[in-house]
Formats: sequence, C-alpha cells, structure tokens
Amino acid sequence: MDQVLAVLVGCFMAVGIYLLLSRSVIRMLLGLVVFGNGVNLLIFTAGRLTRAAAPIIPAGLAQAEGPMANPLPQALILTAIVIGFAMFSFLLVLAYRAYQSLDADDTDTMRVAEPVDAPNPPLSY
Amino acid sequence: MIESVTAAGDWVLVLPLALCLLGAALALILRRDRALVLVMSLLVIAAVIACEVVLLLRVYEAGPLSMTMGKWLPPFGISFTADLFGAGFSLTAAVVTLLVLVYYEGDRGSGLDVNFHAMVLLLLAGVTGSFLTGDLFNLYVWFEVMLIASFGLLVLGGRPLQLDAAVKYGFLNFLATSFFLLALGLLYGSLGTLNMADIMRVAPQANMAAMGGIAAILLLAFGMKAAVFPLNGWLPASYHAPPPAISALFAGLLTKVGVFALLKSMVVLLPASRDLLEPVLVALAMATLLIAPLGAIAETNLRRAIGFLLIGGVGAVLVGIALPSLDGVSGAGLYIFHAMLSMTALYLVAGLIERATGATDTRAMGGLYAASAPLSILFFVLILAVAGVPPLLGFWPKLLLLQASLGQGGWSGGLLAGALVVNAVLTLIAGSRLWAHIFWRAAPDGAAPAVVGSVAVWTGYGATALLVLLIVAAGLWPNALFEILAKGAPDLLDPSRYVTAVGLAGGVP
Amino acid sequence: MNTIIFRTMAPIIVCIMLVYAVYICLRGHNEPGGGFIGGLIAASSIAILGMANGAEATRRALRVDPLSIAGIGVQIAALSGLASLFTGSPFMTSIWLYLELGETIVPLSTPMAFDIGVFLVVFGTISAIALGLEEGEAG
Repeated sequence: MDQVLAVLVGCFMAVGIYLLLSRSVIRMLLGLVVFGNGVNLLIFTAGRLTRAAAPIIPAGLAQAEGPMANPLPQALILTAIVIGFAMFSFLLVLAYRAYQSLDADDTDTMRVAEPVDAPNPPLSY
Repeated sequence: MIESVTAAGDWVLVLPLALCLLGAALALILRRDRALVLVMSLLVIAAVIACEVVLLLRVYEAGPLSMTMGKWLPPFGISFTADLFGAGFSLTAAVVTLLVLVYYEGDRGSGLDVNFHAMVLLLLAGVTGSFLTGDLFNLYVWFEVMLIASFGLLVLGGRPLQLDAAVKYGFLNFLATSFFLLALGLLYGSLGTLNMADIMRVAPQANMAAMGGIAAILLLAFGMKAAVFPLNGWLPASYHAPPPAISALFAGLLTKVGVFALLKSMVVLLPASRDLLEPVLVALAMATLLIAPLGAIAETNLRRAIGFLLIGGVGAVLVGIALPSLDGVSGAGLYIFHAMLSMTALYLVAGLIERATGATDTRAMGGLYAASAPLSILFFVLILAVAGVPPLLGFWPKLLLLQASLGQGGWSGGLLAGALVVNAVLTLIAGSRLWAHIFWRAAPDGAAPAVVGSVAVWTGYGATALLVLLIVAAGLWPNALFEILAKGAPDLLDPSRYVTAVGLAGGVP
Repeated sequence: MNTIIFRTMAPIIVCIMLVYAVYICLRGHNEPGGGFIGGLIAASSIAILGMANGAEATRRALRVDPLSIAGIGVQIAALSGLASLFTGSPFMTSIWLYLELGETIVPLSTPMAFDIGVFLVVFGTISAIALGLEEGEAG
C-alpha cells in the first residue's frame, strides 16, 4: 500500500508543478493546492499506514487497548490543511483583486512592479 | 508528565509570544480608536523587549533555556528553546519593530491602515516564534503566521503596484513553505521526531542518503525564504511596493528568519548532510555575493536597488554556513544582527528620501544634499556600514567571515574570501553611485524641489537616526557582541548543552 | 436564492445550527468535535443568515463586529494558556476545576476555555470573510 501511495504522491506533485509552470494565475493557484495535497498525503504515508483503531482512548481508561493509529501525522496534516486553506483563500482573493485592478490573469502581462521597458541606468559616475 | 516545578522566571521564554498575540488581538478589537491602538502596541512591544532582555541575560549566564508546553515530555510535547543566537535575534527584531512603528507615525500619510498595528504585532509574533521555537513543525506554523501577516501588510492600501507585488511574493513564499512541509514529512518518516534537540541526537545514526536529500529540500525551501541567488526573484519584485516602513520591517525581519533557519538546519540539525552539500553552498554563497550588488548597480528604482544590496548580505551569511568553523558561525550570526539593523535603516532612509523628493526612481532625484545634509550623512553612513567599512558594525562580521575562509584553507576558502572582498567593493560602488545620483549631482530638469521638514516627519528622522546611532555605537564598541558570540557560537557547533537543556540528554534509545 | 420559503426557514435553521455548534464545541473534549468544527458550523449559519437577510441586517443582528469576536477568541485562548503561570507548570498546562452542582459534577478546565477561544476565532474570521464576500456580490 505504501508503494501505491508513494506513486500517488509523485503524481500529485508532478501535476502540481506542471500547473505551477503555467502563466495563468488561477492555474498556478490550483497547482499550489494540488502540490499541497501531495505534501499532506506524503506526511500521511510517512507516518506509517496501519490497520488500527482510531486514536481515541475510551472513557475510563488511561491508555488504549490494542494498537491504535499514529495520531501525530493526523494532527500535522490537520494543521497543514487549515493553514493551506487560509493561504489558498487569501491568494484567491488576491488573484481576483489583481485581475480587477491590473486586468491581467497572465503573469507575463503583470509588469507594474517590474517594468519591462525601463531605460538604461545613468552611465555617469 | 513532567513532575518538576517550572520556575515562573522560565516564562520569559513564552511571554514575548503570548504578549504579541494578545496585543495583536487587542489591536483588532480596538481598531476603531487608532491612537489607543498605537499606545497599546508601543507598550506591548516595550514589554516584549523587557522580557527578551531578561531572557538574553539568563541564556548568557546559564546556557540554553527550554520549556515544553503542557507538561508533556520533551520529544512529544512542543518545546520552545532559546539559545543565545535565537534570544539575541528576537530581541533585535523587537527593537527594530518598535523603531519602525515610531517611524511609521511620521510617514504614514493619509492612506488607509485599519489593521496595520494588529498585523505588525502578528508579524513580530511569527518572527519571535521562529527564533525561539525548538520544534520544526512549530517553526513551520510560525513561518505561516509570519507569511499571513506579511501578506496583509504588503497589500495594505491596495494600490495596483502592491497587488502585482503580492501575487509574486505570495505564490513563491507559499511554494517555499510547501517545500519546507515536504521536507518535514520526509524527516518525520525517517526519524520519527520533529523536535530539534531530538533530531540533533538521532540524525547521525540515520540513513545518510535520505538525510542528504532532506537537507537539499530544506536548502531549497529556506533558500527561497532567504532570497539566495537563483531563488531571489520575489524579493526585488515585491519589497519596493508597500509603504517604506513596511518594506523596512520586511527587510529587517523576513529574510533573516529564513537565513537563520538555514543556518540552524544545516549547521546544527544535519551537519553531516551539510558536508555533502558544501560545494553547493559555496557556489550559492559566491553567486549571491557577486551577482546581487551588480543588480544594485544596474537598478534605478531606489528601493529595488536596496533590495539587491539586501540579497548580497544574505550571501555573506551563506559564507558562514559554508564554513562552519567557530569564526564562520560567529560571523554569520553577527552578520544577521548587522543586517537586521542596517537594512531596516536603509529602507527607512529611502522612505525619507522618497518623501522629500516625491519620486521613487533615482533618475528623477538629485541635489538633495543642498536640501538636507543630515539625510545625506545618514545614507552615506549606512552605505559604508553595509559595505563593511571599519569601524562600522558591518566590518566585524565580514572580518570574522574572512578569517574563517582564510583559516579554512583549500580552494573553497580562497574563493569565498575573494568573493567577500569583491562583494564589499561592488556594494561600495553601488551605494556610492546611489548616493551620488540622489544627493550630489544637480537635480534633473523638471524635478520637483525637495521638501524636508514638517513636525510629523521628525519622528521619522528621529527613529532612523536612533537606528543609525545604534549601528555606529555597536561598531565602535563591539566587545559585548563578541562576548555573546564567544558563548553562543560553540553551542551551534556542539549542541550538547542545547540537548541537555531540552531534557533529552543521555544515549540514543 | 432569495425566495420567501428560504427567508422564512433561515432563522429556524440558524437557531438549530448555532445550538448544535455549541454542543459540538463542548463535546469536543472527549469525543470527536471541538472548537474548530463548532466555529465552522456557527459561521456557516451566519453565512446562511447573510444570504437570506442581507449582510447589513446580519451585522446588526450580530451586534459585535465579527473581527472583534475573533480578537476576543484569541485573547481567551492565549489567557487560558497563561493561567498555568500561577501553578508552577509550563505554558498551556491544563488546570481542572470540578464544580459540584447537586448530583452532577461539572468539570471546568483551561482546555475548554482554549476551545471556546478557538470557536470564537474561527466563527469571527469565517463570518467576516463570508459577510464581506456577500457584501461584495451585492455591491
């Protein structure tokens, strides 16, 4: 099962990076999300796949009976998903605002911050 | 469970963070009353500084200080651990933030800035957390806190220029933290721990090839955060967009956190993998040192040019990471301290220049010397400090780094020493060109006459002058800094005191 | 979207969702649930109210600005962590207080206060974003 998930992580990252190489801001954003999901899946796989009970200790016991799943990767992924979601929503709003005010979804035409046709610097001094 | 009693004095480790977060929340609640928020923010940062001074003194006296949250045992609970470098940098960050807040009051103009103070405090929380945390996943969380706050600050006001800059800044930095998370997943998979002290303990026994790969991904992630040469594209594209005070805050804090994380992960956490990556580090350091100041020479937008000087400074820290001797690590640490002060001050002066001339491009400036001699002196001193001219602060870290590279011998040491010297010369050329264009030559035809003055601007001058004074004083009397380095640098090369402080001493289980 | 059926049903749905959100938040200590998911449910109820009555009316019904609610949530969460300063233990150590009210014992604790803080943070921020987007669509 690990191998299958490892291949799946690879596919996620390949798709994510392919989309990131695009010039369209929205495709780049989707690429980041797919890439982030690949990373989350990687953490999940790295935490070892086991067939075990949910990591919740029943009431009245100090520790679980029998094996239970590793809760740490789950906590890490949960945190990463929440943060990734916050970043995604910020970037989505940003892309929309940029589209409204710069009239550009193509990064090649977003050149306000870095003008393309600036004249040469002064040659004196 | 930890059974021993935690002394109340240990709380100076988490109080700065808790205070910043509480302050940010309070600023959010009170945001209708701007004056009250300002006073509250200044008080909160002053309290943070007080805590961090106590923390620095404690760590200086007694070695690294650690606290693991919620009475959990160290490798499982989240640890905060301050070593001397982390404590010193977080103190510097708080001081810089305080001065920038004061400066901003004189420079803010009439723009909309509803959540400015809340976001600055959140940014400071993220930076302080990154410097003081002892857990890699927690470091990731603080990176993201910092990133969210910096997004908010970058688009404050919402001009098209800022939106354009924020798209580039946002995408590349989010990608960098995704790579960081990727490395964390692999590290957890192969070591089963993310506690820094625990990693120091178990990493030497782990598979070398796997650790080398992870270190390479970490280098990529932190290199992007720190704007190391081939990964620096986002910095000159974004740092000139927001108001100058915010640029200054970014310049002083963000890349420094990235480069400190790089120093820590390469030199302290995975030293064996760092040795594998050494040729790469040498090449990156040289490329950054040599190419960045050339960018500054070719650039005519003032704040973009300063951005390139800032990237050159990152190259100097990389020299220390490429040569992890006692001198090299001390030099890297001192350079981070110097860059936090000098780069912030440089952007603050740039803001004053832009305000006086009403232009952002040096081609439209000129003759400012006649209008304001003090401004020209501030700028000139800072250029000398950044280039590393004695007796200013920038000289000492470069001296340590030169000693390290010459002492190491071999071809890489010689090349790095050469690159450091050439970088100093190129930085001096770029800086004095900027100075000559802005201050010395006659104003170009049609340029608006420079306006210097008005009471509000004087707080801006005062804050900048104070920062420059700090740089000059630290350069003239560097003994205290060297004493801190002499105690702090050995802990980076031999982490046994750090591991003991976290409570993980003893053999590998 | 703005039909009379939806507008009549919305307050009832919102009431049920808000109560359920509090229930989810409080049961979160020992069972699945917690402040985060509770806050999300509560915020979605506010989003529904915003769709039915308009963002302006919803803001008035909330009385407090959503971002201020989020700020108060951060305060509660941070202070619940700071409380352990007085017990000689590290940051975020839990402190328990068992209140005996007649036959039942009510356990109060700092993790619960933290969870309520998280609830308010999520509720406040998501409501602010949802209401902001709804205003943007209308305007």
